[in-house]
Amino acid sequence: MTFEYAPAPESRAIVNIKLKYGHFINGSFVAGKKHFPTLNPATEEVLSHIALGATSDVDKAVAAAQKAYTKTWSKLSGKERGKYLYRIARILQERAREFAVLETLDNGKPIRETRDIDIPLVAAHFFYHAGWADKLDYAGLGHSPKAYGVAGQIIPWNFPLLMLAWKVAPALATGNTVVLKPAETTSLTALLFAEVCQQAELPDGVVNIVTGDGSTGAAIVNHPGIHKIAFTGSTEVGKKIARAIASTDKKATLELGGKGANIVFDDAPIDETVEGIVNGIFFNQGHVCCAGSRLILQESIADEVIEKLKVRMSKIRVGDPLDKNTDLGAINSKEQLVKIKELSAIGDAEGAERWSPQCHLSSKGFWFAPTIFTGVTQAHRIAQEEIFGPVLSILTFRTPQEAIDKANNTPFGLSAGIWSEKGSRIFWASQQLKAGVIWANTFNKFDPASPFGGYKESGWGREGGKHGLSAYLKNGKETGAK
Amino acid sequence: MATKKTSRVEVKKTYKLFINGAFPRSESGRVFEVSAKNGDFIANPALASRKDLRDAVTAARAAQSGWAKATAYNRGQILYRIAEMLEGRSDQFVSEIALTSRITTVKAEALVAEAIDRWVWYAGWSDKLQAVSGATNPVSGPFFNFSISEPQGVVAIASASSFLDFIDAVAAAVVSGNTTVVLVPGDLAVAAMSFAEVLATSDLPAGVINILTGSLDELAPWAASHMDIDGFDISGIQKKKQGALKEAGAENLKRIHSFTSGKSPSRILAFMESKTVWHSVGV
Repeated sequence: MTFEYAPAPESRAIVNIKLKYGHFINGSFVAGKKHFPTLNPATEEVLSHIALGATSDVDKAVAAAQKAYTKTWSKLSGKERGKYLYRIARILQERAREFAVLETLDNGKPIRETRDIDIPLVAAHFFYHAGWADKLDYAGLGHSPKAYGVAGQIIPWNFPLLMLAWKVAPALATGNTVVLKPAETTSLTALLFAEVCQQAELPDGVVNIVTGDGSTGAAIVNHPGIHKIAFTGSTEVGKKIARAIASTDKKATLELGGKGANIVFDDAPIDETVEGIVNGIFFNQGHVCCAGSRLILQESIADEVIEKLKVRMSKIRVGDPLDKNTDLGAINSKEQLVKIKELSAIGDAEGAERWSPQCHLSSKGFWFAPTIFTGVTQAHRIAQEEIFGPVLSILTFRTPQEAIDKANNTPFGLSAGIWSEKGSRIFWASQQLKAGVIWANTFNKFDPASPFGGYKESGWGREGGKHGLSAYLKNGKETGAK
Repeated sequence: MATKKTSRVEVKKTYKLFINGAFPRSESGRVFEVSAKNGDFIANPALASRKDLRDAVTAARAAQSGWAKATAYNRGQILYRIAEMLEGRSDQFVSEIALTSRITTVKAEALVAEAIDRWVWYAGWSDKLQAVSGATNPVSGPFFNFSISEPQGVVAIASASSFLDFIDAVAAAVVSGNTTVVLVPGDLAVAAMSFAEVLATSDLPAGVINILTGSLDELAPWAASHMDIDGFDISGIQKKKQGALKEAGAENLKRIHSFTSGKSPSRILAFMESKTVWHSVGV
C-alpha cells in the first residue's frame, strides 16, 4: 500500500536573493570583478551570481582580519567576545526559517533537514562556543592559552552554513579572526551570515568572507598573513594543503573523507537498525563525510535486513527539496552527479549487484535514486572509495573479529556504527574500531559539545567540544607540579 | 668501554641495533665511528639502513595492539621497571655520556639523574591520561556520549642528540600504548644502545621500542614517507629540514610534531587520537 501525499512546499517568499554578490570584507560588502552563477540543483535555475575571489581580494580580507585581530578582537576580554557570539546565535535562531529555505534552494537538501537539523545546530554551535570564550583557562590547555591570530577557513558544500558554524564559532570564541571561503556551489547562506554579523555589530574585519573556487582557497592557504588553516573537504585536497604548509609555521585542522562502516550484529533490533541504515547513508543525499556508506551485516541476518531495507527504501520520497515531505533531495552539482554515476558504474563492472527502488526523477536538476550494492567485497572500489552520494555498499561477516577487520580496512577512520542489543559487545567493538566518531544504535548524530574528526587519512584534529578548542589555541603555560 | 691503563685486556662491547627485542647488526653491514674528545676510539655503532627501518616498523606494528591492550597499570609498572634498571646502571650512563657528549662527569650525573626522574614522571601518566584528556559530552538528546584518547599506532622518533631529549621523546610516545622506532643520531648511539640493554631486561614486550642508530639525514626521510608509520616526532631535525619531512609525511597524513625538551602531557597527547562514542539511551 502506498500513501500519496499532497505537495507541501515551503514558501520561498521569505528569502530575498540578490542578482549578484560581492565579498564581505572589513564589515562591508565589496564588489567582485568576475562572477560565476550559482544554481538551484533541483531545477538548474540560476539563483544568483557569486564573485570569484582573486588573490587581491584575499589580500584585502587577510589585511582586514589582521587589523581586526591586533586593534580590536585580541584586546577584548573573553566575556565580551562571548556576548557577540551569543548575539549571533540568537539572530540565527530569529532568522532560522530564512536560512533554512535559502540553504535548501542553494544546496538541494530537503527543507526537513535544513529546518530541523542544519540551522538549529548552527545556532547551537554559536551558543555553545559563546560560553567557552571566558573559560579557556579550563580547557586543559594550560594557563591563558593564546589565539593564533588569523584563521583561514575553507568549507565544503554538503552542510554549507553548519560547516561555517563549526569553523567560525570556535575561532571567534578563542579570539582568532577569520577569512572564510564557502564552497563554490553553496555561497549564499555564508553571505547571509555576513548580514547577521552586521546585525550583531561584530567589529569590522573579525569575520571576512571571500567567495570563489579552488584558486581562491589556495590563495588563502598560501597567504603569509594566515596563521592557522581549517579545512573540511576531500582527502585529496587535504593532502595538498598539508604539503603546501609543510615548510611554514601554519597550523592546520583537516576534516577529510571517510568510508564509514555500519556494523549490524545478529542480535540487533532489526526495524530500528533499518531506520539507522537509511539515516546513515541517505541523510543529506549521502553527501556526508561520516556517512555509513559500508553496511557490514552478520551473515545470518543479512537476507532479512536487506529485504526490510528494500521495503523501507521504497518509501523514501525523492523530489522537490522545498517540499516538507521530501526525504531525499537533489545532488548538489552536476560534477558530483557525474562522480556518483562513475563509481556506481564501476560497482556494476566489478560484479556487485545494484538495486534501487522505482522512483520518478525529474529531468531538470541533478538526481540520483537511493541505491544499494550487494555482493560487495573488500577489493571492490565501491568498498574502498568515498562515493559521497546515496549509494550503499553491503558486505557480510561471520565472526565479530571479521567485522572489525573489514571495518578498519580502509585508509580512512572517520566514523563507524554498531548495532547490537548487547552492551559488552558494543563496548568491545567500539574499542576495536579505528574511527574518531562511533555511533552505537544510532547514526549521524551531531552536537556542538561532541568532538568530531577522524583517525588516519580522515584528517587532523577535532572540531567541537573541549577537544575542538585546541585547534585554535596555542598551549598556555603548563600548570601542575614541577 | 673507557680505556683503562691496566694490564688486563678489557672485553669490549659490540654495538648493534635493537629490533623486536633482539640485537641484530645492520643488514647493510655498515658502521660508523664514535670517538672521544681526545680522538680515542670508543665504538663502531651500526649505521642503520632503510631495510633495518622497515624491519623495525614491522616489529613495532606487530607489537602495537598488544601493548595498547595491556592495562594502563601494567604499562605503568613496566615503564617504572625501566627506571629501576636505569638507576642501577646509572654509573655506566654517566661515564658514557661524559665521554661521548664531552661534558663533565658532574654535569653528566645531573643529566642522568634528571633523565631517570623524567622517565618516572612520564611513566606515571599511563593511568591518568584519560582523566585529563577525556570527557563526557552533554549532547542534546538521549545519548551517553564520551571521548577517550587512544594511541595512534606506530610512532617514529628522530631523536635530538641529548640523552634527556631522547628519554622525553621515547617515554611520551610509548606510555599511551604507541610502539616506536627511534632513530638515534651520531654519538648518542652509545648511550642509546645501553638503554636498549635496559629495555631488554625490563619485561618490555619485544617490538614496543626499537632503536636504530645512524644518520638522521638518511633515515628520517624514509620514516616520513613510510605508509605504516602513524606519527613522527621530529624534535631532532633542524628546522630548515623539517618541511621536507612534513611534505613526505602528507601522503598518509602522518601526525608530525616537534617539541622542546620538558615535562608536558601535551607531548603524550600529540600522538594520541580522540575517539567519541555515542550510546543510545533507552529501556
